[in-house]
Amino acid sequence: MEQGYLIHLHRKLADRIHEYWVDAPLIAKKHRAGQFVILRLHEHGERIPLTVVETDPEQGRIRLIVQVAGKTTEEFGDYTAGDHILDVVGPLGLQTHVDDWGKLIVIGGGVGAAPLLPIAKAAKSHGNTVNAIIGARSKELLILTEEFAEVCDELRICTDDGTEGTKGFVSDVLDQWCDQGAGYKFGIAVGPVPMMNAVAKVLKRWEIPGLASLNPIMVDGTGMCGACRVTVHGETRFACVEGPEFDIHGVDFHELTLRNRSYTEEEHEAVEHLHACHLTQAINHVRTEA
Amino acid sequence: MSEQKRNLKAHPPRVKMPERTAEERIQDFKEVPVGYTEEQAMAEASRCLDCKNPKCVAGCPVNINIPKFLREVRAGEFQEAANTLRSTNALPAVCGRVCPQEEQCESRCIEGIKHEPVAVGNLERFVADWERMHKQVTERTSVEPTGRKVAIAGSGPAGLTVAGDLVKLGHDVTVFEALHRPAGVLAYGIPTFRLPRDIVQSEIDYIERLGVKFVYNVVIGVTVTLEELFASGYDAVFVGTGAGLPKMLNIPGENLIGVFSSNEFLTRINLLGADKFPDFDTPVLHAKHTVVVGGGNTAMDSARVAKRLNKEKVSLVYRRSHDELPARREEVHHAEAEGIEFNLLCNPIEIIGDEHYRVKAIRCIRMQLGEPDASGRRRPEPIPGSEFELECDVVIVAVGNAPNPILTKATPEIKLSKWGTINVDPETCATSMPGVYAGGDIVSGAATVILAMGAGRKAANAMHEYLMNLPPKQATRAS
Ligand SMILES: Cc1cc2nc3c(=O)[nH]c(=O)nc-3n(C[C@H](O)[C@H](O)[C@H](O)COP(=O)(O)OP(=O)(O)OC[C@H]3O[C@@H](n4cnc5c(N)ncnc54)[C@H](O)[C@@H]3O)c2cc1C
Ligand SMILES: Cc1cc2nc3c(=O)[nH]c(=O)nc-3n(C[C@H](O)[C@H](O)[C@H](O)COP(=O)(O)OP(=O)(O)OC[C@H]3O[C@@H](n4cnc5c(N)ncnc54)[C@H](O)[C@@H]3O)c2cc1C
Ligand code: SF4
Ligand code: SF4
Ligand code: FES
Repeated sequence: MEQGYLIHLHRKLADRIHEYWVDAPLIAKKHRAGQFVILRLHEHGERIPLTVVETDPEQGRIRLIVQVAGKTTEEFGDYTAGDHILDVVGPLGLQTHVDDWGKLIVIGGGVGAAPLLPIAKAAKSHGNTVNAIIGARSKELLILTEEFAEVCDELRICTDDGTEGTKGFVSDVLDQWCDQGAGYKFGIAVGPVPMMNAVAKVLKRWEIPGLASLNPIMVDGTGMCGACRVTVHGETRFACVEGPEFDIHGVDFHELTLRNRSYTEEEHEAVEHLHACHLTQAINHVRTEA
Repeated sequence: MSEQKRNLKAHPPRVKMPERTAEERIQDFKEVPVGYTEEQAMAEASRCLDCKNPKCVAGCPVNINIPKFLREVRAGEFQEAANTLRSTNALPAVCGRVCPQEEQCESRCIEGIKHEPVAVGNLERFVADWERMHKQVTERTSVEPTGRKVAIAGSGPAGLTVAGDLVKLGHDVTVFEALHRPAGVLAYGIPTFRLPRDIVQSEIDYIERLGVKFVYNVVIGVTVTLEELFASGYDAVFVGTGAGLPKMLNIPGENLIGVFSSNEFLTRINLLGADKFPDFDTPVLHAKHTVVVGGGNTAMDSARVAKRLNKEKVSLVYRRSHDELPARREEVHHAEAEGIEFNLLCNPIEIIGDEHYRVKAIRCIRMQLGEPDASGRRRPEPIPGSEFELECDVVIVAVGNAPNPILTKATPEIKLSKWGTINVDPETCATSMPGVYAGGDIVSGAATVILAMGAGRKAANAMHEYLMNLPPKQATRAS
């Protein structure tokens, strides 16, 4: 028997974005919106955090959506149904504190739409009016728009290059929408750090409180190492146990951006190493075939 | 050597533990001391006076019958000696290596009053290693199953001790561990050059052979709550979740790139193999000058790992003097021999970064020792105007760990002290939640391996009594 957590289903959602349903019954039962898992693909693997996008508690499965960002996620992209992930631990982090916000705007950039989906669902089923803005660089990179359309009262889509929806950034769309008198009481943003930073500024201008779901580098995910330190309102917080969501108006996004670049050189090296391994494998493959 | 012929008046010097040279050992992560030979062990054991009133025993937190095992070593009866150790200490190969003997058994040794104390730790290590290399694997002696199920949260020395003790008494034991590997600090904290992983692994294998089940990637309180454990048929729970919450310095610049908690630094290497990057996927930053803040075992370990990783300059910054360094003496000597620079009586006040948010220096202030504080140690006080900077590119903060709150936060039924440690009955280790016991660092605050094991032993005894006095189950599911 293979060790680990069985991948039940694998689908490519967009260029470099993969969807998985993974057997993890204990996590499926416990997970709440906002929480994530940490996984390790194999014995030499790194521990990486991924949001649980949806669960099927009856079947004992969790849904993950992964964008290829570096070595681990690239390797993960080669995994498919029937493969096993060696370790999956969770659900980690705090669940989204859903409130009676009234009218809520949720904003997802890129693969950030994935972590945003369960939050939007939870807010909606709590009785809030939920509008959404989903953006990506280009049409082929948009994900989950149909599911958002189903969950939300109103959805606006934008792309940087204008290939679908409004041409521009999610923060621009947000600004326009507020300007049209949308009257949002609360906003939640998930996506790349610069995008969340831009959204924070717009929310601030319209005096709308809100949350950002942060993606610092993590190791254990249980509060043991402090790798996930972020600064919020001038205080150090451990995102894995006190987050990952924080007051969007308190987050030091500049620090988060820089800290996420801690290993830029090493990440590059890791990917090169992976490609070198692939190349060797391919050569050996050709040799054995010949 | 027969007992009569020993000349106890000679007081030969302590047999030195052979070890690899500093130059050789900083090239790799292999163990530093190489261990006694049989002859060396018998010679060292012969230094024991076999005291009528052996003070050493009281110095050992689990009261190992030290004179007895030393007698057995002297007579070359190594297996007997191993049995003696095992009857009170489940992890002798570990304790012989990591116990702060100079504060425990050896500090009380009567031979040590006028001469050098008997090297109890080295001999314990010798016997455990001898046993591992010679003993046939003994399979589990079948015990009558009690039909009682026990869950253990955390696989550190406390949890492992409880697991071993209770399975031997016929209980059905499962250990749940949050990480992907067992043994707690023995796996992610203490480096391999002090505690080789095959030694830890062979202890885990032994406990597994006794019938204990290990489940990884489960955070008790989060993945599964204590209530759910009881509801799914567990009769008692032991909480041994340790002190895994790093204390930081709370000084400016602490979130710069290049500032690590010792837990993060050590975990990246010990648990995730970052020293073997890119063969292993986890990276760690390399440095020309690493500064480690602190003076305990964790600080020494971080400094010595950094030395092996970078082969470049590594310095320690500690706010008291050499005498107050809380680390084991042996580790302080090893660190000094390996070329770690000690900046004593100075305290960091700021970490300074460059334009890329990376560490470029640490600013410190010199200290002097004032009046003794509550702990009896002289309180360090800053000397005004004595600030100075050390250029460096990595800073490792090793100033201690607080109790891990992840389980206790999720379980309000468990009463805590104001420090966040679990309050227990000192006789039984019982918590305020019925059927739940706790021990080790989560109760004592960050302490030692042997104290965690001692607490585990005490808890196991009380849990056994509790389990045997439970009303019979409707249908017992003994496995
Ligand atoms: C709470 C949380 C939830 C997340 N959810 C998702 C998700 O649902 N889908 C998804 O595609 N991604 C998610 N991420 C980001 C994902 O963890 C990283 O993309 C991944 O770790 C990159 O690993 P890599 O080895 O492939 O890339 P690397 O080469 O290691 O890094 C590429 C980039 O990813 C970032 N990164 C690196 N390591 C980590 C790490 N351990 N944690 C976070 N970011 C890192 C850095 O900015 C880096 O520049 C989440 C992150 C967090 C903290
Ligand atoms: C770097 C370092 C060096 C040290 N050197 C020495 C030394 O030389 N000599 C000595 O005597 N002592 C030393 N110590 C101290 C010693 O290691 C500890 O006192 C001892 O390990 C405590 O044992 P424990 O069983 O209480 O907890 P730990 O060893 O901390 O183990 C706790 C385990 O519980 C797991 N856990 C936590 N929460 C949960 C949860 N909710 N569910 C499931 N699992 C959970 C953790 O992942 C961990 O594996 C050192 C400590 C460190 C950090
Ligand atoms: S367990 Fe530790 S304290 Fe006890 S005898 Fe052995 S080395 Fe000494
Ligand atoms: S106190 Fe020292 S000399 Fe006496 S029995 Fe113990 S180890 Fe031997
Ligand atoms: S990831 Fe280690 S403390 Fe948050």
